[in-house]
Amino acid sequence: MITETQTPEDSKMWTARLRNSWQRNLPIDKLLPDTQPAYVASWIYVFGVLTLVAFVDILISGLILAFAGPAWYHTSSLGLFVNSLHFWGVQLFFVFMVVHLWGKFWMAAWRGRRTATWITGMVAFLASIGTAFTGYLIQTNFDAQWIAFEAKDGFNAVGVGAFFTPTNIGQIMLIHVALLPLVLGVITVMHVLMVRKRGVVPPIDALPGNEAL
Amino acid sequence: MKTQSVKQEFDAAPWAGRVRKYDIVKEATIAFVIVSMLVVLLSLIFSSPDDKQLTFRGWAQTNPTDFYATTVKELAGTSESAGYGPPYNTASSGLNIGPLWLQKWAGVTHPVDVPNDLVVTPLSLSVLSANETSALDTWKSASADQQTMWATTYDTAITDANGDYTVVPAGDYGPVPVLANALTNIAAKGSLDSLLLAGGNFYSTDNTKQILFFGDGAYLSDAATAANLQGNTWGMMNETGRYPGQAWLWLYSIWYQVPPFTNEASAPVGSNADAYVMFVVLGLTAGLMFTPLIPGLRSIPRIIPLHRKIWKSYYAEENIKRRK
Repeated sequence: MITETQTPEDSKMWTARLRNSWQRNLPIDKLLPDTQPAYVASWIYVFGVLTLVAFVDILISGLILAFAGPAWYHTSSLGLFVNSLHFWGVQLFFVFMVVHLWGKFWMAAWRGRRTATWITGMVAFLASIGTAFTGYLIQTNFDAQWIAFEAKDGFNAVGVGAFFTPTNIGQIMLIHVALLPLVLGVITVMHVLMVRKRGVVPPIDALPGNEAL
Repeated sequence: MKTQSVKQEFDAAPWAGRVRKYDIVKEATIAFVIVSMLVVLLSLIFSSPDDKQLTFRGWAQTNPTDFYATTVKELAGTSESAGYGPPYNTASSGLNIGPLWLQKWAGVTHPVDVPNDLVVTPLSLSVLSANETSALDTWKSASADQQTMWATTYDTAITDANGDYTVVPAGDYGPVPVLANALTNIAAKGSLDSLLLAGGNFYSTDNTKQILFFGDGAYLSDAATAANLQGNTWGMMNETGRYPGQAWLWLYSIWYQVPPFTNEASAPVGSNADAYVMFVVLGLTAGLMFTPLIPGLRSIPRIIPLHRKIWKSYYAEENIKRRK
């Protein structure tokens, strides 16, 4: 829409195009809806948001651990407690995420042009595994030593070890603390925006013609 | 075809049917509070695993015989690290899957000269006795063939003595016994960890040499066996203590429990298990990721009607029967 202060040429500006596209695809009532379709009435729907809030919990405890350093929790009872918050946050995160994933699988939630939503969810799952794995590598304890020793063989066997080195704690620390949380955060935002844009997938059999599956 | 199209459009279109109130912000807030409380509760009750790191000092003090024998293997070039191949050296081509030699093709990106980096350099950076200094000089001035002859002869003798160097008969081992003894003493005093890490430099964050040396002896492996962490006992997803570990790695770990992956002697899969398992898991992951695009696989949710449970109330309210 062109307002009085705009000239017709404004609508061709990249900024205006981005704004208009955003408003067309994701108006605020889609982004923050106060209603949902009547069929959204199962506990399975809770696990997506549970995964998100567990991720927030992990980021908070991880931020504290990052400032205190990777060896803090070996000698401080407060550090061990924060490490435990991080640890159990991750455990719950994966429980929620896996239930969410399988829930969406059995709903065939990729229907209705939602393939990209499913794929971004899977990428988020893989990024989460990578983030957790690198977290285990930077524990600076016996577990980390053993995992580094074993994991190097798997990565080396397919050539990945030439670039990703589980035995190099400096590299792994940066990947765990900076790169992967950023990747996971961006993918998660994309995933959630796709869900909000398309809405929650309707039930199978809601209309004739479910052969489209 | 037309029905499919209608269904696809219906699934993709904004929902125009009945709706119900749904406070998404309230739900997220309540979820955050409950999950946070649960995390705190679990942390207070169960804490988190933190088995102390192993050190070379611990190894040399508790099992000096094994450390000594491992040092000799490093000098002889008979350790696992010495024969590893890429990315550390060119001693072997590494693993392959048929014509795919990915390990070899990726190249030596983290060169580790096993005898020198793991034994000779740490000794050179340490304060040694006159006898040890003389032995080190003898080693350095000898030809590569002479060095190999001394070290392999001694390594064989130790192996024949079941790993106990104290009962090895006299032989032409050159300076190797003195060097191995010197490194064992340095390790027992606690100096070797930092010598291997920094190698005389100020900064270092790469523990590769330490991990390789650790892996060549029995100390690390024995500790892992005691903690139930070996790969053939689901060790990739286990962790120390009674904690859940990385349970999400089950699809990766499972292949290390079944033949032919478990049999290292069986070619080509067992002897290249690490490479094959990676590809198997990659394939399965790709299958799950691209399920929406794979005919048959994407129909499973319709064939196995768990969705009737998920949307049970909706189907009942709308009186929608399952379509075969």
